[in-house]
Amino acid sequence: MGRAAEIANQIGWYFSKLSWYSATLMGDNHYRRYAEHRGRTHPGEPILSEREYWRMRHDASDANPNPRCC
Amino acid sequence: MATPTAAPSDRIEEQDGDITYIRTDRELPPVAIIDRSPITTRHKIIFGIIALLGAIAWAVIAFFRGETVNAVWFVIAAICTYVIGFRFYARLIEMKIVRPRDDDATPAELFENGTDYMPTDRRVLYGHHFAAIAGAGPLVGPVLAMQMGYLPGTIWIIIGAVFAGCVQDYLVLSISVRRRGRSLGQMARDELGAVGGAAAIVGVLVIMVILLAVLALVVVNALAESPWGVFSIAMTIPIAIFMGLYLRFFRPGRISEVSLIGVVLLLLAVIAGGWVAETSWGTDWFTLSKVTLSWCIIIYGFCASVLPVWLLLAPRDYLSTFMKVGTIALLAIGILLARPIMEAPAISQFAKTGTGPVFAGALFPFLFITIACGALSGFHALISSGTTPKLLEKESQMRLIGYGGMLTESFVAIMALITAAILNQHLYFAMNAPAAQTGTTAQTAADYVNGIGLSGTPITGAQITEAAASVGEKSIVSRTGGAPTLAFGMSEVLHQVFGGHALKAFWYHFAIMFEALFILTTVDAGTRVARFMLSDGLGNLGGPLKKLRNPSWRVGAWTCSVIVVAAWGSILLMGVTDPLGGINTLFPLFGIANQLLAAIALTVVTVVVIKRGLVKWAWIPAIPLFWDLTVTLTASWQKIFSADPKLGYWKQHSQFVAAKEAGKTAFGSAKTPDQIDAVIRNTFIQGTLSIVFAALVIIVFVTGLIVALRAVRGTGRPLTEDEPVPSRIFAPSGLIPTQVEREVQKQWDALPKSQTKSVGTSAN
Repeated sequence: MGRAAEIANQIGWYFSKLSWYSATLMGDNHYRRYAEHRGRTHPGEPILSEREYWRMRHDASDANPNPRCC
Repeated sequence: MATPTAAPSDRIEEQDGDITYIRTDRELPPVAIIDRSPITTRHKIIFGIIALLGAIAWAVIAFFRGETVNAVWFVIAAICTYVIGFRFYARLIEMKIVRPRDDDATPAELFENGTDYMPTDRRVLYGHHFAAIAGAGPLVGPVLAMQMGYLPGTIWIIIGAVFAGCVQDYLVLSISVRRRGRSLGQMARDELGAVGGAAAIVGVLVIMVILLAVLALVVVNALAESPWGVFSIAMTIPIAIFMGLYLRFFRPGRISEVSLIGVVLLLLAVIAGGWVAETSWGTDWFTLSKVTLSWCIIIYGFCASVLPVWLLLAPRDYLSTFMKVGTIALLAIGILLARPIMEAPAISQFAKTGTGPVFAGALFPFLFITIACGALSGFHALISSGTTPKLLEKESQMRLIGYGGMLTESFVAIMALITAAILNQHLYFAMNAPAAQTGTTAQTAADYVNGIGLSGTPITGAQITEAAASVGEKSIVSRTGGAPTLAFGMSEVLHQVFGGHALKAFWYHFAIMFEALFILTTVDAGTRVARFMLSDGLGNLGGPLKKLRNPSWRVGAWTCSVIVVAAWGSILLMGVTDPLGGINTLFPLFGIANQLLAAIALTVVTVVVIKRGLVKWAWIPAIPLFWDLTVTLTASWQKIFSADPKLGYWKQHSQFVAAKEAGKTAFGSAKTPDQIDAVIRNTFIQGTLSIVFAALVIIVFVTGLIVALRAVRGTGRPLTEDEPVPSRIFAPSGLIPTQVEREVQKQWDALPKSQTKSVGTSAN
């Protein structure tokens, strides 16, 4: 029992690492970071909703695209 | 952007044995650790063993003759060399040139805004940087270079990366980080002055156009007359739009989730492609000629450039990042499990004669031109300056991101080389020789490849047809461009490990889809970037053109998009209709363009190193610079002046002009008067482009030389590095944190949340 739980824990740990990696790489947690950043630098001010945040991000990359390599 | 002013800093250094801790604030734990402890005996032994193992693997690859060199030796030689290069050469560069200062804030920390400037965990940024630099180049180049055998390509991919490509990426990143993440073009203007800067910016733009054209040509060649391939690629557009709408209106920010859905849909599209290709309507609809396909890609490129990013470009990019990382990992596992044997010779006859059908010219310089991105890629300088500095937490992480990222790209190139080297060589040449030689049918192709003096058993027409059928295609003759060959090799490797023969056709089309996906991502992102470069450049001319600098002016955006798409689109059409075979005339131009961009980047880097007074260490960027200039200018010289019509664009041009004047209706590969005219026009354009590229780079190099000489004499303009601002965050440098770094990290983690500036960057 103890051994199985240990292995399950281990797998869970790897899985959480992997999903953290993917979320950070792809941008899932960017909004949370933005909200925290605004909370720290401009406390008390209203912040964008997640929907508005992504609109702003995409509008910004509309004007300033990231190149991709050959 | 306003620069945050440096708060009065109380920089405190604490010495503890070989380790120095630097604080920028009394209240906070150290922000930087300088570790001067000597290398431990244990590490010495480990690196000794790695070096020995690498040397054995190199010996097996280079000296073991016979037909059973296993692909695993290539993997071992590559990885051992990378480890040694990263630990010792990159470390030397770090200590002598880069001299990272972790007590200074990076642009990401300085301008952090939770959007485009965001200090990002080094392991994530490594993945991010890799996804941005890896593209079709390192996959396609080594495949084409296999015409000369596996040995020259292997040596250049590995050694070139360690001494040239990684050095360029690392140093460009380091100078951009010290300049608030400025782009290569801006840095060229700042460091080289107006003339050198302008030549660099025009050079980047022209080079980008040819890169886009040749990449699009690779896709067209892979998809032409292949209903299965066309269907699965066409489906990526509705899938991307679906993802875009999902993120915009349904669940904003759930990017991993929607990408997973996208990947599943993509796999379904590849499977469905097999069914569609078997129906009569599917064959009717999706069997497209090269010219039709080119027009589709041109229209697509234009739409992608003017449509909003969220609808098409961004979701495609997510999809291709996911696929890129996943497929490359899959291929690595496949090679290690299948352990295929090399079929190609170590050095082929074409390496000596320079008369190979895939690309013309001798080993020096054309092997280096052809491999391009896998060993040294100028395009990476555009990523290393600009995007990556805005995400970097600590200067000392640049070695992992810049140098390490390029090592990974080089490893991708080695895997591509392996997949081409394990193919039957007769089949390889049947797929890669231009149609003018193979005659397009299986039988004529078999006769042709049996007659070019390859070793091994001759191939029959039936065997070629059978090989095509095994991957679900009608024909694989003259599928030039490298992508089909790579896909064939990948299906060879992957079906042995996953799924057996039943899945071979699936893996082939999966590989085609994967390559086409990220080539198209490069094409649409590249078109957009080039469009902005063009409108910026024109806007700077002033007068009525000033209006172009406003990116939301739709007329300007559309006009510039049309110009950019027309530029690469016309070269693409020229390539697909070229009687001489588009890839073998255009690919060298692609390689030269990319390598010349590297020359521009290395010139800027070398000038900065000299300006900083590090003349003694200037050889580190100067060696790859001089090598690269020698290779590219020799290649340009031969392309412009060679008297061999197979090699020299202008010689060919004059021969066809003479033929036309003599009233001939067929000459060489051209079978009709129209084709003669096409060759005359194409060689003129290609020859002109060669001259333009070479001239621009010579201007950049000469201005660099002048600036460097002035700097040595002490009369030059000052360096344009920005004033450092003290950092207030901490992060480990390498992939695995050291014991000391772990302890400092614990102190930071113990702080109340409100005091730490950077959050959410580390796991758990």
